[in-house]
Amino acid sequence: MNSSSTQFVTSGGMGMYDHMHQLSMWGESFKSNGSPHPLSSMLLPNTSPSLIITADMKLDNQSEDTSGTPGPLNKYDQEVTKSSEKIQRRLAQNREAARKSRLRKKGLYVASGVEASHVGFNGAVNSGIATFEAEYGHWLEEQQKHVSDLRAAVTSNISDGEMRVLVEASLNHYYELFRMKGAAAKADVFYVMSGLWKSSAERFFLWIGGFRPSELIKILRPKIEPLAEPQLQGICNLGQLCQQAEDALSQGMDRLQQTLAQSVADGQLGEASYSPQIDTAMEKLDGVVRFVRQADHLRKAALVQVSQILTPRQAARGLLVLGEYFERLRALSQVWATNTREPE
Amino acid sequence: MEKVMGLASENGLVIFSKSSCCMCYAVNMLFQGIGVKPVMYDIDQDPEGREMEKALMKLGGAAAAGPVPAVFIGGKFMGSTNEIMSAHLSGQLVQMLKPFHHSMS
Repeated sequence: MNSSSTQFVTSGGMGMYDHMHQLSMWGESFKSNGSPHPLSSMLLPNTSPSLIITADMKLDNQSEDTSGTPGPLNKYDQEVTKSSEKIQRRLAQNREAARKSRLRKKGLYVASGVEASHVGFNGAVNSGIATFEAEYGHWLEEQQKHVSDLRAAVTSNISDGEMRVLVEASLNHYYELFRMKGAAAKADVFYVMSGLWKSSAERFFLWIGGFRPSELIKILRPKIEPLAEPQLQGICNLGQLCQQAEDALSQGMDRLQQTLAQSVADGQLGEASYSPQIDTAMEKLDGVVRFVRQADHLRKAALVQVSQILTPRQAARGLLVLGEYFERLRALSQVWATNTREPE
Repeated sequence: MEKVMGLASENGLVIFSKSSCCMCYAVNMLFQGIGVKPVMYDIDQDPEGREMEKALMKLGGAAAAGPVPAVFIGGKFMGSTNEIMSAHLSGQLVQMLKPFHHSMS
């Protein structure tokens, strides 16, 4: 029986050549998988085609060494090989579907071990993404602690100084996430752009790999009132400034998408030939990494401004609001997942 | 470097860019959204582009994501996207760009 052991290939990221080669080889099963993200598709067995041939030849060895005519025998072996590969793929797909179903019930698409979204077509593991997913699990646990601390603090009488310490700790925790994401983006920018580590409800609000700063300010403002006039002005103004910055980055991102599509489409299409423009396309992907990092820089800058405009107590309250907001989104994902598993 | 500084002092608002650079486009869009129109100077279209790129990298320092976009306001180097975005969120950018508001054609 095929075990679920996988080849551990430490790579900075799956080369586009690998992906495209795999695509043409496993075309049929890729279609039936239904998942749009290559790295979240099925886990394939470790065995190479040549090993499968050997195993199947042993199973059906009656006519193997008696016949003197290699022609028809080879064809039969090829068929057996193909159907065996198909079976292996189907089994792998079933395992993956069952695993995803279990994870969705938890409301989080947090992978564990080798069966993870960072596993590629041929079982190779993207170590950068594996690292990120492990770190994110810890980050979430830490985040819960920060939110609890803030919750206790805002109802207490601690000094502004002590409050500031908690605020700084919570902010630094967000900055740490941005640092993690920056590294993950280098490993697999599509992973970060698609927000694959997030719960489904969080992913619904995705903007360039994360939250939209202007949206957070809109959520935040009514919950931290009453504010003194300069602070109210400051926060409202910040919201507008964030919106402008987001619009600019969105326009840049749209343009990048267009040029990437152009690069991929360049050359002969419809004639099953390799695009010679892979290098150009790869350069564009570096551009996408830059945008993801720039968006995270904007998120950090927005948080910095919020903490500068508000008093420590107001900032603590604001961060508590944000923390709870994201917790609610994750909870919503969980409830949704368990409620939608009923058959029609 | 002289060409870079020369162009910067000739034009109140210059963003050194490359024709293929989408981040440069984004920064340009930000400026236009604020109501100013910077001069976009594509260094990849300039015969001295390589030297200009080296000069800009020196100015930007090790932390910069690339030589472009490189923003100059009033002849002074302001930084790249990070600096511009931070300056925008703090309100400083709008202040700095006030004198250039009516230079749009």
